[in-house]
Amino acid sequence: MTQTAGAPAASPPDGSAVKAQPPAPGAKRALGDNTLLVTALAFVAAMVVGAILIAVSNPATRDSSHYFFSYPWDTFTSAWHAVRGAYVSLFQGAVFNPHTASSGTLAGILGPLSNTLARATPLILGGLSVGLAFRAGLFNIGGQGQIILGAVFAGYAGFAWHLPIVLHVIVAILAGVVGGGLWGALTGWLKARFGAHEVITTIMLNYVALYLLAFLLSVKGFQRPPYGQAISNVVDSNAQLPNLLGSNLAVNSGFLIALAAAYGMHWLLTRSTLGFQFRAVGANQFAARTAGMSVEKNYVRVMVVAGVLSGLAGVTQILGGATNYAITPDIDAGIGFDAITVALLGRANAGGTVLAGLLFGALKAGAVQMQSSTGIPVEVVEIIQALIVLFIAAPALVRFIFRLHGSGAGAGQDLAKGWNG
Amino acid sequence: MSTTASTEPDAVIVTHAVVERPVSTGRRVGIGVALVVVGVLCLLLGAGAHAHNATFDLTQGSEFVKIPNVTVPVAATAYVIGVLVIALGAYQAVRGLRANLLTVAGSLTALLFLFVFLSWAASGGQGSTIDVVGVLTNTVALASPLILGALAGVLCERSGVINVAIEGQMLAGAWAGAMFGTIIGRTGGVIAALVAGALMGWLLGVFAIRYLVNQVVLGVVLNVLSIGLTGFIYDAIMQPNANAMNNPQTFNNLAIPVLSKIPIVGPLLFDQNLIVYAMYLLIVGIHFALFRTRWGLRTRAVGEHPKAADTVGINVLRVRYRNVIMGGAVAGLGGAFMTLGSVGSFTKEITSGNGFIALAALIFGRWSPRGAVGAALLFGFAYELQTLLSLVSPPVTIPSNFLAMLPYVATIFAVAGLVGRVRAPAADGEPYVKG
Repeated sequence: MTQTAGAPAASPPDGSAVKAQPPAPGAKRALGDNTLLVTALAFVAAMVVGAILIAVSNPATRDSSHYFFSYPWDTFTSAWHAVRGAYVSLFQGAVFNPHTASSGTLAGILGPLSNTLARATPLILGGLSVGLAFRAGLFNIGGQGQIILGAVFAGYAGFAWHLPIVLHVIVAILAGVVGGGLWGALTGWLKARFGAHEVITTIMLNYVALYLLAFLLSVKGFQRPPYGQAISNVVDSNAQLPNLLGSNLAVNSGFLIALAAAYGMHWLLTRSTLGFQFRAVGANQFAARTAGMSVEKNYVRVMVVAGVLSGLAGVTQILGGATNYAITPDIDAGIGFDAITVALLGRANAGGTVLAGLLFGALKAGAVQMQSSTGIPVEVVEIIQALIVLFIAAPALVRFIFRLHGSGAGAGQDLAKGWNG
Repeated sequence: MSTTASTEPDAVIVTHAVVERPVSTGRRVGIGVALVVVGVLCLLLGAGAHAHNATFDLTQGSEFVKIPNVTVPVAATAYVIGVLVIALGAYQAVRGLRANLLTVAGSLTALLFLFVFLSWAASGGQGSTIDVVGVLTNTVALASPLILGALAGVLCERSGVINVAIEGQMLAGAWAGAMFGTIIGRTGGVIAALVAGALMGWLLGVFAIRYLVNQVVLGVVLNVLSIGLTGFIYDAIMQPNANAMNNPQTFNNLAIPVLSKIPIVGPLLFDQNLIVYAMYLLIVGIHFALFRTRWGLRTRAVGEHPKAADTVGINVLRVRYRNVIMGGAVAGLGGAFMTLGSVGSFTKEITSGNGFIALAALIFGRWSPRGAVGAALLFGFAYELQTLLSLVSPPVTIPSNFLAMLPYVATIFAVAGLVGRVRAPAADGEPYVKG
């Protein structure tokens, strides 16, 4: 997994790469069109760029580079050590850590994986939300707002009402679903009724939601006494999502919700009339209209479902304990935007989104460990994440770097084209 | 163009008659009712005023002429203005004003309402005074990054490339300005910010123009990339030795002699720092260039109908590349304003959504430089209002968070077509593939 700093980086290619090459016969063409391979190579290329950043920012590497020309090997060894150390601890934080596992406790062995699953949960749900909207030709950048509304509704139902066990958590989840769904519906309605572009309205509604949250966190009854901090009351234990593997491991039943939602989206898109309409509107809205479907109604419906999915992401944030069961100003934790990268990497289908969510969840969980043990900033993961998506969105670039042939279009190219469309 | 066509006699004489678009009754009455509502609000504000008088301070201290403070009786003013606005609204609802007159009436109403609102707000405390010049200066300062970001958007989107990455370009500029401003001096920092923003713009260009990546996706991803890169460098390099890496100090204001002493206008226009002067030049320059030069015509042609532009020999892709890179540089300057103009150092995600408000200003201003600047100033004022209201303590506390929402809500109304139609350049966001 680790790469040396000397490996080829994402150098800007010359113009020859862009032109759709004529289909060359043989295995190489198929190789370049293989989405899985392109995705894997995008990941490798992103990790290489990350490695270069780690190597360059490493103090030991920089010190030894002062005498690079008299003794270049030092620079390479210290760069190698920095990169290796970083990526090994990234792996240990995300999958398996022999040091903690040697204690023999369940938490020691499964701790890293459990963190990965816990981090992946909202990412998967958010990714499904963005992906579903993609399929209907809409671009949902409003994950942040929908997550906030979902978390606010679920959190309020969780701490303001006092219901018996089991019932309470279900009610809280439903409240979150309503919150996210309403916020999504607003976007869908604005598009259906007034033709307002969903990218613009979702970006704006994100900020409206952020300030609404900030306001709520200053209101008595919502804010936690003694009212000094911007934090809400704590959700009743009845309304918390139960942990799956005991209280020492972070993974909670929210992960099962995410898996169920993924299955639900798969079913919706492949087996239901509603999903068929979504796909028809996404593929060609004029054809869908000619076939008798109401494009406008479907805009609203798909945004409701997308909002519900993002709302669920908010539910797992608040009821899953990511913020100790209280609503904070950054309850969304940037998931709304990460979800876009998840959906693109997952190619907007349910199975792919789950895998992409797991990958980014692992990167996020590992980054924490990496920062604590090697001091490398967690932002490296954000860079890697952005680069992976850039590369898969521009497969021609990946093919150029790795000298493959092919002509497939990138992820997300058939989406909403312009502000007016 | 065939030669035979010109020899033929003019068979058809086309005359263009200016036909005034009939305004629908619903729209006419709707605007009228809205005006009446504003008038009623004025009356309510007048009734809710605590103190009798509100004072507006119009001077800063260094002007030639000292304009005396203006003190108005709050309730009486509010009642008079309220009745006038209600009368105006009633006339509009029944008879309807002409379009150009309506614009004037609308702006006037907005200004008068603002005046009533501010006097009401100032009537709450014990003899609170509103420092008008200070409010305006702060508005310009808060609006500066928004204006520059929105101008960056104008440059990109007028040539047909959607720029959702304004935030990322600003962030890169803010970072480069702070780091290189510390190492090689503030002016060098500004240049570094221009270069960093331009590089981010170039990245947008490469992926949007060469690799035909969906431009909204691209913008979002580039923002994440920029947040990651600048955050990484901040943690790895700048934070450990902040004095040598992240301590550029802010630019001093350069007061232009004589001119800066004009009341009200002087402090606003002629007592600013280098970046704000550059911004003023850019506003005028971009507006002029876009509508009066060959470059501007080409830019607009490429943004509206690239195929037609290509047919007459304009290199569509080159125009787009150039504009996107220039746009990135302008956004980078906006970022530099934050670190070198107002804060004096870089922190993670220092732009905190300003790039997105700039995008909102661009859309609210209907993709024109003038409109974008106006919208950015409006949004800057909405920010400043939050500070102002916390200072003067109005009779009824207005949660500042709701004021903070205003720009976003206004933009939603704008794109929903409730305040006139908003239309993007026709080819905005569509990659151009020859053939």
